[in-house]
Amino acid sequence: MEEYSKLSTIAADDIDTSNFATESYNPNALHAGFPSPAQNYMNGTIDLNRVLVRHRETTFFARVEGDTMKDAGIGNGDMVVIDKSLDAKDGDIVVAHLDGEFVLRRLQIDKKQKCAWLLPADSKSKPTKITDGNDLVIWGVVTYTIKKIR
Amino acid sequence: MPLFGLADCNNFFVSCERVFRPDLNGKPVLVLSSNDGCVISRSNEAKALGIKMGVPLFQIRKEVEKYEIALFSSNYVLYGDMSRRVMSLLSCYTPKLDQYSIDEAFIDFSDMGDSKYLQKYGQEIVKSVAKGTGIPISLGIAPTRTLAKVASKFAKKYKGYHGCCIIDTDEKRQKALELFEVGDVFGIGRKIKEHLSKYGIRTAADFARLDGEWVRSAFSITGYRTWRELHGEACISLDELPAKKSICVSRSFAGEGISDRHELEEAIANFASDCARKLREQNTICRQMTVFAYTSRFRTDVPQDFINHNIRLDIGTNETSEIIKTAIEGLRENYRNGNFTYKKAGVILWDIIPANAVQGNLFDPRNRSKLSALQQTIDEINRRNGRGTVRNAVQGDNKLNIKREHLSPQYTTNWDEILVVKG
Repeated sequence: MEEYSKLSTIAADDIDTSNFATESYNPNALHAGFPSPAQNYMNGTIDLNRVLVRHRETTFFARVEGDTMKDAGIGNGDMVVIDKSLDAKDGDIVVAHLDGEFVLRRLQIDKKQKCAWLLPADSKSKPTKITDGNDLVIWGVVTYTIKKIR
Repeated sequence: MPLFGLADCNNFFVSCERVFRPDLNGKPVLVLSSNDGCVISRSNEAKALGIKMGVPLFQIRKEVEKYEIALFSSNYVLYGDMSRRVMSLLSCYTPKLDQYSIDEAFIDFSDMGDSKYLQKYGQEIVKSVAKGTGIPISLGIAPTRTLAKVASKFAKKYKGYHGCCIIDTDEKRQKALELFEVGDVFGIGRKIKEHLSKYGIRTAADFARLDGEWVRSAFSITGYRTWRELHGEACISLDELPAKKSICVSRSFAGEGISDRHELEEAIANFASDCARKLREQNTICRQMTVFAYTSRFRTDVPQDFINHNIRLDIGTNETSEIIKTAIEGLRENYRNGNFTYKKAGVILWDIIPANAVQGNLFDPRNRSKLSALQQTIDEINRRNGRGTVRNAVQGDNKLNIKREHLSPQYTTNWDEILVVKG
């Protein structure tokens, strides 16, 4: 068992998988030679899509440019997973379309004042109050961040 | 009572572009055919400016400049993916979804309760698709497919319906037909319309008032069936509906469905072959293909799968063998591990153009009889466009000399082109 896991680590690092999607591989096809020890484990492969994508039909991806959300743990170059089907709630990180561009902000709903804010998460930027004057669309709610570590 | 729902995406290609460009909401937008030749999709604002479907771009240059109309080259990869999302969402609301084209599907609402409840249910479908995908849809519900189409047009036209219009009583049917132009009815082509106008028949109600026997003798059996459908008698099957932008052949499998992949592939091959024949009958070729197969959404006790795969053909084709091969390959690419019982499958061909409209057809290596014509064409093109132009095309290399000056990114299918948000 230990050997198998070693094997799979090596395989994942060393094999270029960019072609995998275009060529279908049939594990049950007849091949000469030693059978793959992985064959019995094919059903157990971890599929990141199943973790990161709750609703396949309404999930979109975007790349972050800029560091105004860095105190919320989302920095320049990160990927965000967005679900358009979710209702944005107070405290959600959302993708909004504000005055001509897509921005990443935290949504704050002020029930007393009956208004909403888009909050940045850094020390420099200013919050935006959402008024009738803004041209604003809450495009979707961020559900996951993908960060490249190395 | 049988009830059909027709879900129709509003200005579908334009709507796909607007999902990622909300700044264009409320502004005139056009999507152009391959090679940026003519208009194939218009926003309501562009329609209001009097821009007609199919008009060549060079004829409307002045308007484009004057009204600052946003132009897009057709981004079929994006439209295919957005269509998959819409269809998949719709399939959650019915045990029986019949995809009819790239942007239309019939939903079976038979025996789904009274119309008050159905109205709410329909509006909820419209709302969830609009919110989840960004694509606005209109839903028409009626006892026949032809009437459902009429209803969907009303749902689109009048805001008060909130996207869903139901024709379920004779009174409503009569009222709707009075307001509906006969030429807009499913299956009434331009020729029949001209013929009818000689008799002073303008509205669908005028047509429905004609004597059935007379309609049967004056027009084809199709015309008679349309007449019966307008009277509320369902008699036109899915396959008999007229194809416009796309050709679709699909089927719900009997009983439990199909769980054997060979059997599924055989079915898909037959659908593909039927599609190809229809293409050739109207002397057209296609450049986009969608293959789909899905399990029943209402069987939560068995594993579920929803395959809906789009394929772009580098060179347009109507050849049976090529279309079958492409469809099967597309299907195989999308198999997941596990045992699935497929209830429904089909093939849709789209981006359909006249067979003589694209030079690429000449380069088809299979066409031996045209070899000499081919050689002449290659020489001529290379003389005009520089050496090597045709070599790329023959190899199926993507560097075809196609004009796509207004192409939007492939936001949903290519990591390098996904949306950018300012953090």
